[in-house]
Amino acid sequence: MLAWTIYLTFLGVAAQALVPRDQARAARVVALLSALAGLGIALAAVLRAPDGQFQTVINVPWIDALGIHYFLGADGISLVLVLLTGIAAVAGILFSWNVEHRPREFFALYLALVAGVYGVFLSFDLFLFFVFYELAIIPKYFLIAIWGSTRREYGAMKLALYSFLGSGMVLVGLLAALVLSGEKTTNLFLLAKHPFPQSFQMWAFPLTFLGFAILAGLWPFHTWAPTGHVAAPTAASMLLAGVVMKLGAYGCLRVAMTVFPHGLDPWGFAVLGLGSWREVFALLAVIGIVYGAMVALVQSDFKFVIGYSSVSHMGLVLLGLVTLQATGMSGAVLQMYSHGIIAGLLFAVVGRMVYERAHTRDLSQLEGMGLGRVLPFAAITFAIASVASMGLPGFSGFVAELHVLLGAGQAFPGLAIAAGVGIVIGVAFILRALQKAFFGEPGPAAETAHPAGGLAACGPISRPERLGAVLLITASLVVGLYPRCLLDLIASALATPLFAELLKGGLR
Amino acid sequence: MLSLLTLLPFAGGLIVMALPSAGGRTARRLALGFSLGALALVLWVWSGFNPAVGGFQFEETHPWVTTLALDYHLGVDGLGLLMILLAAIVTPMALLASSKIGTPLYHGLVLWVQAGLFGTFTALNFFHWFLFWELSLVPAFFLIRLWGGPRRGEVATQFFVYTMAGSVALLLAFLGLFLAAHTFEFSRLAEMGRKGELTILLAAKLGGHGLSADHLGLLLFAGVFLGFAVKVPVMPFHTWLPATYAEAPAGTTMLLTGAMSKMGVYGLLRILAPIFPEQMRQLATPLLWLAVATIVFSAGAAFAQRDLKRLLAYSSINHLGYCLLGIAALGSMGGLAAAPERERAAALSGVCLQMFNHGLTAALLFWFAGLIEERGGGLRGLNDFGGLRKVAPVFCGLMGIALFSSLGLPGLNGFIGEFLVFKGAFPLAPWPAAAAVFGLLITAVFILTLIQRVFNGPLNQRWQKFPDLTLAERIAVAPALLLMLALGVYPQLLLGPLHATVQQMVRYWLPG
Repeated sequence: MLAWTIYLTFLGVAAQALVPRDQARAARVVALLSALAGLGIALAAVLRAPDGQFQTVINVPWIDALGIHYFLGADGISLVLVLLTGIAAVAGILFSWNVEHRPREFFALYLALVAGVYGVFLSFDLFLFFVFYELAIIPKYFLIAIWGSTRREYGAMKLALYSFLGSGMVLVGLLAALVLSGEKTTNLFLLAKHPFPQSFQMWAFPLTFLGFAILAGLWPFHTWAPTGHVAAPTAASMLLAGVVMKLGAYGCLRVAMTVFPHGLDPWGFAVLGLGSWREVFALLAVIGIVYGAMVALVQSDFKFVIGYSSVSHMGLVLLGLVTLQATGMSGAVLQMYSHGIIAGLLFAVVGRMVYERAHTRDLSQLEGMGLGRVLPFAAITFAIASVASMGLPGFSGFVAELHVLLGAGQAFPGLAIAAGVGIVIGVAFILRALQKAFFGEPGPAAETAHPAGGLAACGPISRPERLGAVLLITASLVVGLYPRCLLDLIASALATPLFAELLKGGLR
Repeated sequence: MLSLLTLLPFAGGLIVMALPSAGGRTARRLALGFSLGALALVLWVWSGFNPAVGGFQFEETHPWVTTLALDYHLGVDGLGLLMILLAAIVTPMALLASSKIGTPLYHGLVLWVQAGLFGTFTALNFFHWFLFWELSLVPAFFLIRLWGGPRRGEVATQFFVYTMAGSVALLLAFLGLFLAAHTFEFSRLAEMGRKGELTILLAAKLGGHGLSADHLGLLLFAGVFLGFAVKVPVMPFHTWLPATYAEAPAGTTMLLTGAMSKMGVYGLLRILAPIFPEQMRQLATPLLWLAVATIVFSAGAAFAQRDLKRLLAYSSINHLGYCLLGIAALGSMGGLAAAPERERAAALSGVCLQMFNHGLTAALLFWFAGLIEERGGGLRGLNDFGGLRKVAPVFCGLMGIALFSSLGLPGLNGFIGEFLVFKGAFPLAPWPAAAAVFGLLITAVFILTLIQRVFNGPLNQRWQKFPDLTLAERIAVAPALLLMLALGVYPQLLLGPLHATVQQMVRYWLPG
């Protein structure tokens, strides 16, 4: 059943070819239908899952000579992320309802990216995983290079290069593991069970972890993220920040950490007070949390504020992962979901609701426009998104951050405090952006700034935008108020044997 | 039952906000209807409340976040009942005072603040208590930001940042507590605090970084205290308050001072003192003098103000200073007291009553101040008016009653709370209590000055046409005034349901 999320989305890609060239509306409707089908399946799977235990969807031999199987499955963690992908995909299409430039190609590439993401989250064969993982890079490049804005070629190229660099590192690590294991399989479960020598894990783990973490925006390899997010068209920024960064974090958890659990062990000596890769990555994650928030505080481009906020929030995910402790890791997975929803919403407001009407993202220019009055719906949506992004209780971010901080408080007390400081700075930058963009005092420039006769000419917030905003807000609120609906799935998935070795490491 | 209490204003707020912006009149009526419905619910809870029981009643428990073993746990005791009653009374007053504001959003946000208040006063688990604590902050921010006076932008930000900083300190301290005790349940934490298990656990789980158990305890105490101190506020964390109260629209200020400031005092009583009895004892002396400083300096500052709203704002700080004095005295080792337990009970009852009475009186005073500002075309300086008694006798008479209640005149509601606080605090901590009396004296001086400058003296010719209270306004303020008189004459009305709770808290939960 779950495999149909992938197939139906690819079907959507193929169907774009059948849409007549200038039928933009038909292209949109086809895309929306296939995204809705994916969301429906994901939602049904989450609701029907009795617990987060692993369930095989399909497992057939694919390339016999190498022992490669077409092996799709899902546990609680996959389900949560598949649900996130479904929600983000539908919302992204609703926020691209006004794409008029080559709409068929746009939606075809968009759906291809979504299908690749579904594939990554459902693959339990490393070869298959890698195929889907790479499949997601190509559409990203074109989406940004063709439909992007500010410095789009630069942003697209930088993003693609960083992605390939990361994949290269992952590939080296995984190939080495395959060779060393001597087994004719690429099955994740079998490889995770294989006792690789400690010395091998000590270099293979950081290599693969870092390779994935680049895509998750780990400091100091995060620089592709803000430029890429800013250059991308709205729907692509939403997917990039919302889902693609999660691919990296998911790879860290699902592959790097399970296959090389002993790479996290202490080295036995200390460099600069750090005694293991685990501590190194925790430190980098916390630097990312604080640094991302501080840089976001001084940006003058509205979209860069959100771009850097993603770096900060993804730092929490990585910090939660390396706590090696059930609370912190559940928090990390929940934060993936939460950040995916909230970052999507923030990008939607900035990129679609504001930029395409005001034609500027400069905060000091927006300040003079009195957007709060002209676009009340955008202001309210952004206010809600800000509150959610700050991690105020009632929204998914709070529950996630609470879990991460509690986990980190046990594993790395000092770093947990630093992360708390980063979260406080997060309140400041989002509040500053909210104030400047929507509640500035309208100056005389308000009418003259825009040649077409001010903002009033650009039309109110359209219905698809409203629907998209409501969908995302609901997704965050439901989890914030009733976190059990996802946390129980995540917790029982983390209790499966796949993660047993890891969690043992956390107790030491 | 109690869930419904929180849900009603929340849903009401949603419905009101969904009204078209032209429907100001409907929105006002609907919002008022919802707040009166909440009042009816609270009265119903009160009628079912058994005053002989000291513990929690109307409890609800459901598992919520299973990964952290958190429950959704609600209940009220006498203190909680008093607080939800206050919130239920102040909100309709605030809505009535905002009848000139036509936007549905405003009235919806007021209802959301009320939902946050109800939630805070009924939650018994930190997790959702904190949810409501923050929930009330966000609508308050927008109420100030969108409908405040000329300096609303900076004031709203200052208000938000100060409160948020306090909340973060509070949250961090509770994360520390959770790491040690693995629970967010207030009563469990208090139980551990009382038996001294908490310090042992803290040392075991968090110690080893050069911090002794004592230091850790003090650190967490400081975090929690900071969160509440900003909200109350305790000097020197008060600087956000005068500007905020002065700039916010009258109805919002009524909510802020009438009910939201009580969240801070409530937190001190429900959370800080029971969980950290040891630290309360250790720090009793500094806390007492902090309370004295808050009382005396804020009274002095109020005396120096020439702006009516700022004067009332400082007077609010002053009145809540007595609450802090009473709470700090609980931890005092009992100086002259022959029966410290009885004195503590007196001080504690005094604190609870003072919270309620100050909420009622201050809300009414800011209402009157708002009416003066409205009639005076935005002026609210003490020296801008004069002789209003001659042209608006009813206005001045009724506002005078509220002012005298604030001054603590016996026979009105303000007296009994302060009296009980001092009755308890004197034997427990003679010197600080004696010093705090200066605050009472200065209060009398500045309130009489206000009456002299605004109501008496020669009539300022500009205000020849100053309108008296209209019939509708008289009817609107009447219930609050009647309640003030009733409580002044018969304080037993509130002391009754409090009695058993106070006894139980003094015996089991509080330092001493």
